[in-house]
Amino acid sequence: MKRAAPALAGGGHGSAYAEWVVRDGAISHLDLLVPDVHCAGCIHKIERTIGALDGVRCARVNLSTKRLSLDWEAGTTPIEVLIAKLDSLGFAHQPFERGVSADGDEDAAGGELLRALAVAGFAAGNVMLLSVSVWSGADAATRDLFHWLSALIALPATAYAGRPFFRSAFKALAHSRLNMDVPISIAVILAAGMSLFETITSGPNAYFDACVMLLFFLLSGRYLDHMMRARARSAVTQLLKLAPQSARVVSPNGTECYRRTDDLEPGTLVSVLAGERVPADGRVVEGLSDLDRSIVTGELVPESIGPGRQVEAGTLNLTGPLRVEVTAAGPETFLSRMIGMMEEAEQSKLRYVRMADWAAGIYAPLVHLAAAIAFVVWFWATGDWHVSLLTAIAVLIITCPCALGLAVPAVQMVACGRLFRRGILVKDGGALERLAEVDTVVLDKTGTLTTGAPELCEAPDLDEEAQKLVISLARRSSHPLSRALAASAPQVKSVAFDDLEEMPGLGLKAVRHGRELRLGSHEWCFRTLDGNASDLPSVFAAIDGRPVGPFRFRDELRADAIRTIELLRDRGLEILLVSGDLEPVVSLAAGRAGIADWRATARPGDKAGIVAELQDRGRRLLMVGDGTNDAPALATAHVSMAPSEASDVGRMSAGLVFTGAGLGAVAEAVSVARQARRLIRQNFALAALYNLIAVPVALAGLASPLVAAIAMSASSLIVTGNALRLGIDIPPAFERRCRRLAMVPEAAGT
Amino acid sequence: MNALIVLIPIALLLGLAGLAGFLWSLRSGQFDDLEGAAVRILDDDED
Repeated sequence: MKRAAPALAGGGHGSAYAEWVVRDGAISHLDLLVPDVHCAGCIHKIERTIGALDGVRCARVNLSTKRLSLDWEAGTTPIEVLIAKLDSLGFAHQPFERGVSADGDEDAAGGELLRALAVAGFAAGNVMLLSVSVWSGADAATRDLFHWLSALIALPATAYAGRPFFRSAFKALAHSRLNMDVPISIAVILAAGMSLFETITSGPNAYFDACVMLLFFLLSGRYLDHMMRARARSAVTQLLKLAPQSARVVSPNGTECYRRTDDLEPGTLVSVLAGERVPADGRVVEGLSDLDRSIVTGELVPESIGPGRQVEAGTLNLTGPLRVEVTAAGPETFLSRMIGMMEEAEQSKLRYVRMADWAAGIYAPLVHLAAAIAFVVWFWATGDWHVSLLTAIAVLIITCPCALGLAVPAVQMVACGRLFRRGILVKDGGALERLAEVDTVVLDKTGTLTTGAPELCEAPDLDEEAQKLVISLARRSSHPLSRALAASAPQVKSVAFDDLEEMPGLGLKAVRHGRELRLGSHEWCFRTLDGNASDLPSVFAAIDGRPVGPFRFRDELRADAIRTIELLRDRGLEILLVSGDLEPVVSLAAGRAGIADWRATARPGDKAGIVAELQDRGRRLLMVGDGTNDAPALATAHVSMAPSEASDVGRMSAGLVFTGAGLGAVAEAVSVARQARRLIRQNFALAALYNLIAVPVALAGLASPLVAAIAMSASSLIVTGNALRLGIDIPPAFERRCRRLAMVPEAAGT
Repeated sequence: MNALIVLIPIALLLGLAGLAGFLWSLRSGQFDDLEGAAVRILDDDED
């Protein structure tokens, strides 16, 4: 629902883009966000049209990031012309500041990891070849040559590929904390140094292969993890885009001028044309219109507004021009408060300790302790510092958390792949971990529990003539209820009208054969407010003042909503329905879906409040919602899901996004997340078991470089193999249960 | 032993060439837009 209508800049804002242009000598550069680009045709159209303009050096669309990068010779084509051309192609756009967004940083970190991984992979492969010759019995001179060659490859590779770990370890130590990167860094540096010493003194024990292989395995885990996180983009930047950057200010003498939204003050009069977003909170002074307040209430059906009504910043004016007196601007507006709420929520989510970090917290001190004990005991027993240090290093290398580093990302990657095949996108691994802990599900109504499109549920009996008139009239309007009414009778033939007029916020008036027809609100048709008994969205009609109707609408439940709720409850989850809609409508939907617990008329802040309150009481919440109005709650909840038709902001603030018409994805995701948690725990157990065997071997001084290499690879392969089971296994008990439940209604029906 | 003096540098150089090729392709932005590259091939009349 709630398509982010032409929310982005429309026409005529070319000059507003001037401040985003970057000058580099004679070349001007501008990056634009073009969210509607989705196929080869769009790319072609934009690149060809803009590229053909005078002085344009390069117009390149990036489909993955939906960005258009423009380079043109300064002083040839003005920026306004370029933007106007893009407008004429019909693509919404938004200036994009390079390097400022979190996105840019993410890319840089990912690039560094990938380069480090490539270098470590190259080094590991080549050093391993040389090491295999040494292990298979190369003699003294050859062994020394191979050790020197290994050192030549491994030392620069370690210095380069180890940087991500060294940096993080240094940061942790500077704050006098321990993280997993500390033992990794110590092991790698000590091993490299010791191996170099061995090489210089023609010793037999060089651990160069273990050194680079360790880095390679760990970097693989890191990169898998990074790829998942990179998909998660900040919801806040998306929300900012809804805020209009400039406002049309009406001065006392009636002239209009543009002013930046931040400079607006209470009392200023602004004009808001149809199709524009309201720039600040205010009160309508003049004009009638329909207002899309979906970012406040989540409701698709626009509200009719007139003088005296309060309007919120970011709401979309649909049909008529309005004059609005500003009551709150800048950081005081509804939209700004919502952005603030979400920033806060995202901050609090950073405090969540991921399973891998939790394991590292326990594991890292143990590793250090074991290595230190090895050194002390060996030194005490033999008095030989060289042997003692070698043993200690062997313990560090063996215990180094290769398996742990891979245990979590490998499982999460496989789990995400499996969910992806079912149309569920996981934005970061943390969301999957949190999903497994959930004990309560909070559902939004419109667009989540229901399809979000109104459907005719109650209509009066009409004779053929009246039906023809009403349906024909409904077809002439773009109001969602009119469209639903028109869609209910596609077989009816349209009739022509002599005179047709649409009053924004009220309805339609038409004349046919001298008879006056009206379609719209009760007030519009009968000039009285009384008589609208139902709380369901309704449309009335009048033929020559004779009432026809009412036509009432309701939101249909998603196809498998009832069964999904049954399944979720079956898994021990509590379910709560929270909606911005009116009480009777919410109660009706809750009743139909079989949800006992519901709250109505919740504004975005209330929703987030309900979520926060439940979480304070120790509950772990899964919030499922789609609208911009759900965004603060989505961001506040322990974990959140949104359907792919959700508003951009809703999608961005959710940890998981599901496609398809059904709600079944929610149950599926919970089940896969719980399995993933089980597998991660198994992997931790496997890693611990491996250490239980390998550490005594290393402590006894039996871990030669060959043993270390075999043990490390074996443990990494075992945890990766265990993770892959998630991809092929059908969840036994739960899946069977799903099937059984799915059969029940059919069995009952026959 | 003589064979090693030739073969080891060749092996290392080949490996380095592969690594350099990968780093170059990364730097020149060939991995920046994986989706775009997949659909651009459908565009018939690219200059």
